[in-house]
Amino acid sequence: MSETLHAISVEVNGKPRSFQVPARLSLVDWLREELRLTGTHVGCEHGVCGACSVMLDGEPVRSCLMYAVQASGHRVTTVEGLAKPDGSMSVLQDSFCETHGLQCGYCTPGMLIAAQALLDANPDPTEGEIRDAIGGNLCRCTGYQQIVEAVQLAARRLKQT
Amino acid sequence: MKSAPFEYVRAASVGEACELLARHGDAAKLIAGGQSLVPMMAMRLVRPAWLIDINEIAALRFVSLEKDAARTGACVRQCVVERDQALAARVPLLSQALAWVGHVQTRNRGTIGGSLAHADPSAELPLVAQVLGARMVLRSGSGTRSLEAEKFFAGPMATSARADECLEEIHWPIWPEKRVGSAFTEISVRHGDFAMVAAAAQFELDADGRCIRAAFGLGGVGGTPLAFPKIAARLVGTKLDEAAVRDAAEAATAACEPGSDLHASAQYRRHLAGVLAARALREARERARSP
Repeated sequence: MSETLHAISVEVNGKPRSFQVPARLSLVDWLREELRLTGTHVGCEHGVCGACSVMLDGEPVRSCLMYAVQASGHRVTTVEGLAKPDGSMSVLQDSFCETHGLQCGYCTPGMLIAAQALLDANPDPTEGEIRDAIGGNLCRCTGYQQIVEAVQLAARRLKQT
Repeated sequence: MKSAPFEYVRAASVGEACELLARHGDAAKLIAGGQSLVPMMAMRLVRPAWLIDINEIAALRFVSLEKDAARTGACVRQCVVERDQALAARVPLLSQALAWVGHVQTRNRGTIGGSLAHADPSAELPLVAQVLGARMVLRSGSGTRSLEAEKFFAGPMATSARADECLEEIHWPIWPEKRVGSAFTEISVRHGDFAMVAAAAQFELDADGRCIRAAFGLGGVGGTPLAFPKIAARLVGTKLDEAAVRDAAEAATAACEPGSDLHASAQYRRHLAGVLAARALREARERARSP
């Protein structure tokens, strides 16, 4: 069966991207397979694990629970969009490295998106607020403690800058 | 897990969405936040031939506070309601319930109307609608009609909305008096997961601390969220002492018909129903006493 293609225009990490997509292509599959932005990971594909989190118009959402066609006309920020313009790591990303906030790295893009969105909205979060913000993201390596420490470290550093 | 192929239309207005529904009938499905529908499509539990996207309809994204009711458009995002302090002051059960709904990522996308139309018997917002007696405004090509929650929820994942109707807005009754208190509580495997059992309660007290209006209900213990107006009526006139609260919780437990699944046996759900009903009733009472 040949599927209808839809023309979409999405701003991804600040760049306008136009594509033709079948309606059933998920946002995460479009980002990874068509745009080759493989930083966003596909975990459960049904909205449980949070690995595929991206920002849609600045707010974190699960990109496996949206079709790419629905993102047309909106802004998407993936984990690649968190790095500084010269490609070096952001304060939050550096903090994850320093506190050992990742081991296998599978959940990391989702954790970074969730944590960055938290820090954007709330520069001085409590531990409870951090845990709540990453509550929709599963990590099977760290036990979460170092991730919480990473976000706390990033918050301290961002306040000093 | 990928969805099966479907045709996609982005509706520009409620009128257009209704027209498309009328044309495609059961073969079409409306998509709002998609936080329940997309996983069901990925697992191929649902296979609509047409997907009608109502996310871009600005007319479905309003919150309006009136004297007797708060009106919310069906496509208002859960995160918007969660942050709306004025709405929380008038219909506190909504924000109390939303604290238990999903996670940041799902509340940013999930809508109020989507959760109601999905009608999961263990979901939080349908329970609030049932307890407060919210009214759902449904629109089709032939006009609008409104249904009370009790008539709207027809069974597990089923509502009385016809295939050509779009949920347009929801009217949440406001209890305008000063001494009103409400509470929402639940038990789930992880915070943000579906409730095994959820309980919601709201009271209004007179100056002497006597209950003059009461509503409460339970989710996850039947095919639809359950409200217990007759049991609540027995609390009216009491001072909501421990015996009255325990009696009401026991009567509600006896009236519910929980099922068993992977997460909890019927027996455990029944046990939780009693514990949580009493907890919600006590918390709502304390809030009404010191609003």
